[in-house]
Amino acid sequence: MNPAVIAHLVLIVAIFFALQISAAVLVYFERKIAARIQQRLGPYRVGPHGVLQPLADIVKLMFKEELRPKAADTWLFYLAPILSATAAFAAFAVVPFGSETTLFGLLDQPIRLQVADVNVALLVVFAITSMGVYGIVLAGWSSNSKYSLLGGLRSAAQMISYELSYALALAAVLVLANSLSLREIVEHQAGHWLGVIPKWYVFLTPVGFIVYMIAGVAETNRAPFDFPEAEQELVAGYHTEYSSMSFALFFLAEYVNMVTVSAVAVSLFLGGWFDPFGLTPEWLGWVWFLVKVSALLFFYIWMRWTLPRYRYDQLMAFGWKVLLPVATVNLLAVAGLVVWWG
Amino acid sequence: MPELRTETMTVNMGPQHPSTHGVLRLVIELDGETIVKSQVTIGYLHTGIEKTAEQKKWQQVIPLVERMDYLAAQSNALAFVLAVERLLDLESRLPERVTKIRVLLMELQRLSSHLVWLGTHAMEVGAISVMLYCFRERELLLNINEMIAGFRLFPSYIRIGGLREDLPIGFHEAVREFLDRLPPKLKDYHGLLTKNRIWEKRTRGVGVLSKQDVLDWGLVGPIGRACGLDYDVRRAFPYLCYDTLDFDVPLETDGDVYARYLVRMREMEESASICRQLIDQIAPTGEWAVDDPRLVPPPKDRVYTEMEALIQHFLIYSQGFTVPAGDAYVPIEGPRGEQGFYVVSDGTNRPWRIKSRPPSFLACQALPQLIEGGLIADVIAVIGSTDVVMGDVDR
Repeated sequence: MNPAVIAHLVLIVAIFFALQISAAVLVYFERKIAARIQQRLGPYRVGPHGVLQPLADIVKLMFKEELRPKAADTWLFYLAPILSATAAFAAFAVVPFGSETTLFGLLDQPIRLQVADVNVALLVVFAITSMGVYGIVLAGWSSNSKYSLLGGLRSAAQMISYELSYALALAAVLVLANSLSLREIVEHQAGHWLGVIPKWYVFLTPVGFIVYMIAGVAETNRAPFDFPEAEQELVAGYHTEYSSMSFALFFLAEYVNMVTVSAVAVSLFLGGWFDPFGLTPEWLGWVWFLVKVSALLFFYIWMRWTLPRYRYDQLMAFGWKVLLPVATVNLLAVAGLVVWWG
Repeated sequence: MPELRTETMTVNMGPQHPSTHGVLRLVIELDGETIVKSQVTIGYLHTGIEKTAEQKKWQQVIPLVERMDYLAAQSNALAFVLAVERLLDLESRLPERVTKIRVLLMELQRLSSHLVWLGTHAMEVGAISVMLYCFRERELLLNINEMIAGFRLFPSYIRIGGLREDLPIGFHEAVREFLDRLPPKLKDYHGLLTKNRIWEKRTRGVGVLSKQDVLDWGLVGPIGRACGLDYDVRRAFPYLCYDTLDFDVPLETDGDVYARYLVRMREMEESASICRQLIDQIAPTGEWAVDDPRLVPPPKDRVYTEMEALIQHFLIYSQGFTVPAGDAYVPIEGPRGEQGFYVVSDGTNRPWRIKSRPPSFLACQALPQLIEGGLIADVIAVIGSTDVVMGDVDR
């Protein structure tokens, strides 16, 4: 078999597992960071400094009994978490996390550090991440439980309030890069202005970046927009009736979604794998990518443990009355900028 | 187009629900997420304390009533003790030091209760970390309780006739340490919440009560003061030494969740200021009870050496003391509002009947009016802002 194909297959498997592990690592860090914020120690018993805690959680969940409410719709009930998790994983496929590599000369042709370089990657990201919401809505619907239903409905209401601004924020980048491929968008951001400021799109369209991040929080159902599961209001929201591995899938989906949304944000606005100082060799690009994604993830976690929760009608008002006009004006401004300076 | 058929959904919120402060049950009828109708169901924490008290000797009732409003144990104790002391006509004979220590403990209790309120209220609105910050400060207050009585939540330190014993060594230092620590922390809470846009959006204009509503429901206390009702028992009917102290009664006029929040936050500052005034006036050692051998047991060293003291001790702990027949009600300003016990004595060593005026119970009555027309998320904010304690509701 062609070594490049084998290398690619290995890459796909590696990314799949890396994402799963990233969710586990993220759970650990979220708990540790939350603990630091709240002046606690966090998990400390399982392994040194509690590093094996996520593993213990997974093992616990696997041995739990899989319960299904009698009145639930069997097919949809089991389909929902799978849909959520699949969407979360699939969207990452188009995200480039490094330039090209020959694996230190093992391969004749360099391979790209990306599962698939799709020329409409931006649309793929948009389409697939939106699919994740269907998982939540279906879970709420099929559980046949009142709190779940309310959670599912909230999720649907939430989706229609941020998706438009989310798309418009992406469109601004599309105008700037004149391409839908994430790889090309990242490559457009190479180099520096005046030798110091990296040519990242966040400096060209800071408003777009902010709109994207806000919509991203809503997309991943994280605080302060975590209405579908708002535990103080809806007990556990859409996953009230889920247990064992189907619950674990929702849990996994939430964290993988965070990674994906952050990774897309890094590619679109923060120059992907390029290092801000132009000092490190290019094959270390993935390290920079990781650093940037971690910074955004930390931001997510920080926000969750600091802010109170919005009310879902307030998010809808905010989405339609503030975010959408801002995103539209931003898009027009960026378009004007591009026309003016070419 | 045919009209779509819609129907409301009935949701049972509680008694097992993360934010119903224990076992409050709300049967709410929802149109989408809007509450059309609601019904408050109580009784899931019924303990029969009022009835049990009829079988206990006077002094033994204190630990019982402390367990009613479990976040403000000493307020319950003081309300009961003051009523009994009025029957015994002890009020004028109480040493000044005892009244000051009692007031100090009351204000510390108010701080402790408000800290729990703030923590749980903020957590229910979504700011989870605030809960842990508040409990961190409350821990110091619980340590003070442990220091004076050996118990953290229910000290039973306030007794009929005075206190259980003299203040322990190190009490003043512990209180001062707490009072020094509190202001910067309160500033932190203000920083996290008061000017927070999300917090304001969630609480402003939610669960509004008018001054007339407050009077109709009898919600005198922080809820009333948030609606502009300038009534505080500490000022209207001063008890103990409140008339000698310098303090403000915070007042807001909006009557919404945010106003209640502001009132309680400022009350904490006032309580701390009262404590600061008192701690310097209280001598480390001195009188801790009235000089009345019928009520106050002798010190242990005398019990072991003197026959008379042993008899006195035996009498107090076996048959207790009698209280002249009659009835009394002394209101105090508890952390949740006016609180008091109507105590009836038939002249024996046990109360004939005690009846509590629980502020949480009254707040529960107003809940339907507060939440109807709002969203589910508002229900949580409203319950948090009324600060109901189910132990106080279901006696």
